[in-house]
Amino acid sequence: MVKASAAAQSLEESQGRPSAKPERPIIEVRGLNFYYGDFQALTDINMTVKRNQVTALIGPSGCGKSTFLRLLNRMNELIPGTRVEGELLFEGINLYDPHVDPVDVRRRVGMVFQKPNPFPKTIYNNVAYGPRLHGLKEAKNLDNIVERSLKSAALWDEVKDILHQSALGLSGGQQQRLCIARAIAMSPEVLLMDEPTSALDPIATSRIEELVKELKQSYTVIIVTHNMQQAARVSDDTAFFYMGRLVEMGPTEGIFTKPQKEQTEHYITGRFG
Amino acid sequence: MLQIPEAQVIVGDNAPPVAVAPLTKRKVTSTVQEARIRRVFVVSGFFSVIIMGLIVLFLFKEGLGLFSTVSVKDFLFGEFWYPTYDPADFGILPLIAGSMAVTVISSAIAVPLGVGAALYLGEVAGHRTREILKPAVELLASLPSVVLGFVGMVVIAPLMQQWWDIPTGLNILNASMMLAIMAIPTIASISEDALHAVPKDLVEASLALGATRLETLTRVIIPGAISGMGTGVILGMSRAMGETMVVLMVAGGAAQIPTSIFESVRPLPATIAAEMGETPFGSEHYHALFAIGIVLFLLTMGFNLVAAYISRRFHQKGAATL
Repeated sequence: MVKASAAAQSLEESQGRPSAKPERPIIEVRGLNFYYGDFQALTDINMTVKRNQVTALIGPSGCGKSTFLRLLNRMNELIPGTRVEGELLFEGINLYDPHVDPVDVRRRVGMVFQKPNPFPKTIYNNVAYGPRLHGLKEAKNLDNIVERSLKSAALWDEVKDILHQSALGLSGGQQQRLCIARAIAMSPEVLLMDEPTSALDPIATSRIEELVKELKQSYTVIIVTHNMQQAARVSDDTAFFYMGRLVEMGPTEGIFTKPQKEQTEHYITGRFG
Repeated sequence: MLQIPEAQVIVGDNAPPVAVAPLTKRKVTSTVQEARIRRVFVVSGFFSVIIMGLIVLFLFKEGLGLFSTVSVKDFLFGEFWYPTYDPADFGILPLIAGSMAVTVISSAIAVPLGVGAALYLGEVAGHRTREILKPAVELLASLPSVVLGFVGMVVIAPLMQQWWDIPTGLNILNASMMLAIMAIPTIASISEDALHAVPKDLVEASLALGATRLETLTRVIIPGAISGMGTGVILGMSRAMGETMVVLMVAGGAAQIPTSIFESVRPLPATIAAEMGETPFGSEHYHALFAIGIVLFLLTMGFNLVAAYISRRFHQKGAATL
């Protein structure tokens, strides 16, 4: 009890100084198992994610990479009948400690989804949604956050004159960048991206990829992708998942040039998946 | 003239000639059959529209006859409904007031309960509870109104009289309560469908930004469902306004402009139902009842138009498309 609330407290304390101990990985996973009802979706995952890097999660459909991603901001617990075992440490604190508030976790670990999902509100109100939840009301501060976030998401120039029009009038690629802006308006420490370009055309995809590379200066990015070239282009580390297990993880270049495991090699050379 | 190239030319100069299967000619029988089926659908599609048109025509033909002897102003704003006196009074203001009173009060009861039930079913109740409760709520809609009228008459009215020591239990409040019971399933069911139709990815987006369930409900789900919920409310009210049996049995039947919720009233539909059987065909009174029908028709049509307007005006486009 005492230990648990201390953990929750230190989760709050560490906020605002994300790079206090640069040597410590931002995320550490130890012996993680995850179940949907009786079905075990993830088995014994051990992993470390480095700060201010892009980590790509690759693997065939159904291998558990998206499930793993959604564990990192506790989105899976919205599905009834799921169960987590093991430790998932974020800044040294177990995210699944019963005293950790999932709402707090999600404010610090942002997420961008596969399909662009802007709210049917104005562009401005989409970006301001998160900060307003935080209780930010002052128009000037909100204006600043909206502008800064849209600039970071490389969308500002395209939308600065139509901030108060519906976000649904934007193209798919613009909508996805808006969703990124909406996520970074919360100043999260980690940004999770679940196949963010799978619904986009090649031009929009390359813009998002450029953006991902820039974002790692301020955020730790974890990206799920089906596209091996994309993983090779944007990521520093790559983790290969197969059948609910983490088969191999290491620097992207190593994984793509000298994979240690046979399964990894088969996958990246396109023999299955 | 345009020359149609030979099949071999299309495939290429060096390709061997390919045997192209000729397209089979369309059979005459299938064309005839399709036209026949089409006609059946056209007839069934237009049937209800035609019937509706004929009824409206009849309604206006019979109703407008009244206005050769009574002015529209005296009819709509006359304060006395004495159709069998000599000379008769055909003022329907008390009847309109009666209808309005029961509609407004029944809505005041049914809207919070119906919307509350929808929110509970859609957002709070677990999957299993919802599976049981939703059909139960919808079952309430299938309760015959005469049964509700009977309950109001035999159970509620004597209780009211006893508790509050009022001259009659057949009054606005009693009728409104019974009408509210009829409107709740409409409101709850349509509102719940609207809540359910809010795209799940918007809900996830909101939660992923660190919104609590309540914040997500008030900022994403309800705004997304508001047009459907508004439609449900208006349709529920329109149902209460057009309902006949309950008000005939429970509202008390006094054609007076009410000053309190414990007074009896005689809403428009109840008047038609109660008096039509006793009216000589073609008399002034007969035409007056049809004119009431016109007023009722216009009122409920107004409600439905408002519902359609709300559902369009506040309609948010769904999930982002590419």
